[in-house]
Amino acid sequence: MSPSSWLAESLPAPVRQQLADGRVRPVIRAPDPVLSAAGPELDPTDPDVVRLCADLVATMQVSPGCVGLAAPQIGVAGQAFCVDVTGHPKTRTGHGLIVLVNARVVGASRNVKAREGCMSVPDLTGDVKRAARLTVAGLLPGTAEPVEITTDEFEARALQHEIDHCAGYLFLDKVAGAHALHTRKVYLQAPDPGPGERPE
Amino acid sequence: MTSLAITVIADDRPGIITRVASALSGHRMNLTDSSMTVLSGHLAMTLICTGETPIDEVRAAMREAAGDDLIIHVHPVTEGAAPTAPVDSYLLTVHGADRLGIVAGLTAVVAEAGGNITDLTTRLAGGLYVLAAEIDLPADADAEALRARIAATAEELGVDAELQPLERDEL
Repeated sequence: MSPSSWLAESLPAPVRQQLADGRVRPVIRAPDPVLSAAGPELDPTDPDVVRLCADLVATMQVSPGCVGLAAPQIGVAGQAFCVDVTGHPKTRTGHGLIVLVNARVVGASRNVKAREGCMSVPDLTGDVKRAARLTVAGLLPGTAEPVEITTDEFEARALQHEIDHCAGYLFLDKVAGAHALHTRKVYLQAPDPGPGERPE
Repeated sequence: MTSLAITVIADDRPGIITRVASALSGHRMNLTDSSMTVLSGHLAMTLICTGETPIDEVRAAMREAAGDDLIIHVHPVTEGAAPTAPVDSYLLTVHGADRLGIVAGLTAVVAEAGGNITDLTTRLAGGLYVLAAEIDLPADADAEALRARIAATAEELGVDAELQPLERDEL
């Protein structure tokens, strides 16, 4: 976890250590039914949930170009996800690593259409309209502290994409029209270039 | 003035559209609406053109343009009628494991409700089948009943389907 991370300043050291100690898990691909199931709320203080969050972070961090990952994508129907848009060229406001449990959108405005991909739908991309100004409320893993994050642009898009995953929706459910589905033309290859150098 | 619909199918590579368009403009046929895409590596284009050139002359020009590597058909068409009844527009999105009958099953439900599909894209990516269809539904049709029928058919097919109002950006 980067020292400048918003999360690092919000969590006690033992929880930070747990979150930094996850294992990389396989990413589930559509049409696996777990990706279409609305995930239940989780207990953020449950050690299994903290481990789940740690695994999400570890899996996101080794995946080229990945800026977010939600519990259903590693096979768990539940409301937990991580996001880190650090270094992405489209990022305006960035909070570093974000890990949230039971998150929901509490404010959204300024819809903007942009192209999205997803590790669970690796061969397609889609144009999706999403709020470019966003406030999200959720609970921190480990402490269950309620937090609100207000952000914009790319980070706002990533948060909405992950919250959709937790509710059983893919970007395929949100494309802007019949011409908004595209075959992916660029695939990012491992190894991950590392934080601060993430390509799109 | 005649209107012609022309379809072109070919293995995709650079230069096909200009061959067709140049032959049409060389015979004073004016290209109006057209749509072209690449489907699994094949160019698929449909266009409407208008002009005074007799259809047999256009067909001959298209035969020449086609050479031995394009498949081109030329059909006379009448002017499209303007819509008469008000409609509401919806987007149907479907995704799930590929299987026989997804498009047939769901579009039958749309047709039974009086819905007119105005744009359709499907993609097969690995084992994942995805459909996005824009639908004009008569304003007095029962959209909620259609949504329920789509949900029931999607469940039978084992796919996920969403029907949502299509946003129209109007200045």
